[in-house]
Amino acid sequence: MSSIKIDHATASVEFNKDEAHVNWHDETLWFVRSKRDKAVFQIPEWEQLREAGSQIKNHVLSNMHDLLLEFEEKATANGITVHWATDAQEHNEIIYSIIKNEGVNRMVKSKSMLTEECHLNDFLKEKGVEVIDSDLGERIVQMRNESPSHIVLPAIHLKRSDVGETFHKHLGTEKGATDPQYLTEAARQHLRDTFLTRKVALTGVNFAIAETGGFVVCTNEGNADMGVHLADVHIACMGFEKIIPKAEHLGVFLRLLARSATGQPITTFSSHFHKPREGQKMHIIIVDNGRTKQLGRPDFRNSLKCIRCAACFNTCPVYRRSGGHSYHTAIAGPIGSILAPNLDMAQNADLPFASTLCGSCSNVCPVKIDIHEQLYKWRQVLVKEGHVPTFKKLGIQSMAGVLSSPSFFRMAGKLGRFLMKNTPFVVNNKLNVWYQQREMPDVPKESFREWYVLRGEKINEEEKKAL
Amino acid sequence: MKVALFIPCYIDQFYPKVAIATLELLEKLGCEVTYPLNQTCCGQPMANSGFEHLSKDCDNNFVDNFRGFDYIVSPSGSCTLHIKEHLHGSDNQASTHIRKHIYELSEFMTDILKVEKLDAKFPHKIGLHQSCHGQRGLKLAQMSELVAEPFSKIERLLKMVEGLSIVALDRKDECCGFGGTFCVTEEAVSVKMGKDRITDHTKHEAEFIVGSDVSCLMHMEGIMKRQGSEIKVKHIAEILNG
Repeated sequence: MSSIKIDHATASVEFNKDEAHVNWHDETLWFVRSKRDKAVFQIPEWEQLREAGSQIKNHVLSNMHDLLLEFEEKATANGITVHWATDAQEHNEIIYSIIKNEGVNRMVKSKSMLTEECHLNDFLKEKGVEVIDSDLGERIVQMRNESPSHIVLPAIHLKRSDVGETFHKHLGTEKGATDPQYLTEAARQHLRDTFLTRKVALTGVNFAIAETGGFVVCTNEGNADMGVHLADVHIACMGFEKIIPKAEHLGVFLRLLARSATGQPITTFSSHFHKPREGQKMHIIIVDNGRTKQLGRPDFRNSLKCIRCAACFNTCPVYRRSGGHSYHTAIAGPIGSILAPNLDMAQNADLPFASTLCGSCSNVCPVKIDIHEQLYKWRQVLVKEGHVPTFKKLGIQSMAGVLSSPSFFRMAGKLGRFLMKNTPFVVNNKLNVWYQQREMPDVPKESFREWYVLRGEKINEEEKKAL
Repeated sequence: MKVALFIPCYIDQFYPKVAIATLELLEKLGCEVTYPLNQTCCGQPMANSGFEHLSKDCDNNFVDNFRGFDYIVSPSGSCTLHIKEHLHGSDNQASTHIRKHIYELSEFMTDILKVEKLDAKFPHKIGLHQSCHGQRGLKLAQMSELVAEPFSKIERLLKMVEGLSIVALDRKDECCGFGGTFCVTEEAVSVKMGKDRITDHTKHEAEFIVGSDVSCLMHMEGIMKRQGSEIKVKHIAEILNG
């Protein structure tokens, strides 16, 4: 994976060079959005369900400390070893130490966006530990040495033919194969062998329940279960915001999650883990990695309500036409754009600007995060902290000057219209970004104000004549 | 009823016909309309770019122009929303009054004037482009994401126009990609979004793309002109004015 940062706009130019592929990407994700619509419209109380999910999460954010301690106490009593990690580095080191203790050098891992955020695979690779991702989409992108482009559908940027080619190279399938059944069967055999031979299995956590000390992992492929049931050691990693107070709240979140994500009523597997089975070891790593800082930002704290359904990705007209990799973060899309600047403002300053602020993301969010409003607020923060290019700053400053002065505005408007009419080449050239693929508007003979003043004068004259 | 007309800066400069239609329409509907002569802009171009703090003078100028009116009406959902959410001039009281009394045109016609019929004719098939700020911000129409009863203030008014028919779109409230400075800072995605929005209208044989925000229309018009398309854009005021 390249560490060179290409900003969202530049990456989008590249992505849009193949328009047919953009159309396909857009339509594929729109199909998922439509499936979501179909599913949620079958639930008359959907909006109340969202409100309930939102309120429970608000409660969680305000009681984080107590809920986490309650969880630790219950989980420990259940025989689970609880670890706390301040940041990605500590998270990765804890995992490595567990693996080393077991005397093994390989591990199977089901989907965990947190481990992507912490770059666990790269870390373990350097330590000589082999990690195999068992989620089919993640396995595909892992073979290609790419990162997931979507948090629920990691390989959604790839077509069947791309998968066929990848499997041909890595699994020895027939060249040119595109039949989904043939290709998934090959992946199945390959992963089956992995499940049978790995002593350590890692999973993510969708919900951790303070009341019981248990946790729930949702998958559609059963790969998390396959991994941990056959392994001697189960490591589960969670960002601390995954905590919910009570088991009964799962009734709200499990209904919200799958419908928002893929339009399914529930994920195929919702696996509840409470304690290690006999002879098995179970570890939970609770990770901060910037979350405390985000919790302390009044304008942005409720981004931590996110349950990682990716509904905001699927509905986002920009995401659908720029692809997940253009966001250059583990979590792409609108939610990624409000989470990433918290971790590193300088590296992610472009992301809050990769939006038209259309607001569709906030409307599909199952826990009612005001995503587009936070995008707007991040823009203000990033400018104040000096993370926008100087030419942009100068441009906006002069625009503000013109628009603050009525006489200057009228003069500039008049001059602009004069130039556009008489010397169009001044405006219609390649320096004008608007003009690259769009014509400029026609120039009217007068502004509305000029027309309005003239009309007033005419009315006055007529009134004088009438007298 | 003393109504002040707020004409966004780019409409004043490039689309005076939309402003004229709005003024005439409001006068026909019995409003006493004034256009404050020193108005410029709502400040949104700066604020959406992250420079909200630079729009202070713009805000104060806005307050100076629009204080003391019963209502302020504008043919733009986007600029109206910006004022409603972000106008903070030095005069707090006047700013608050303005934020509470500014209306987008179709909203004003529906909720304040309670217009039930119109003397207008437009014998054409049109596609209605719901601008995001009008729809999701001002709630001029129900949003496709929410499980809630459908309604549309703009559609209700357009249905009063003789001869007009509205085509059904595949994606009834997808963004066109204008997005303020986004249209140049993210040019590739912006144009692609515009092209896709246009295609939804053309494949359903709309003769006009009609909307309540000239910014969206200007963006799509620019693309269509480059494509050599026959389809024209129209602001709702131009149609409702007859």
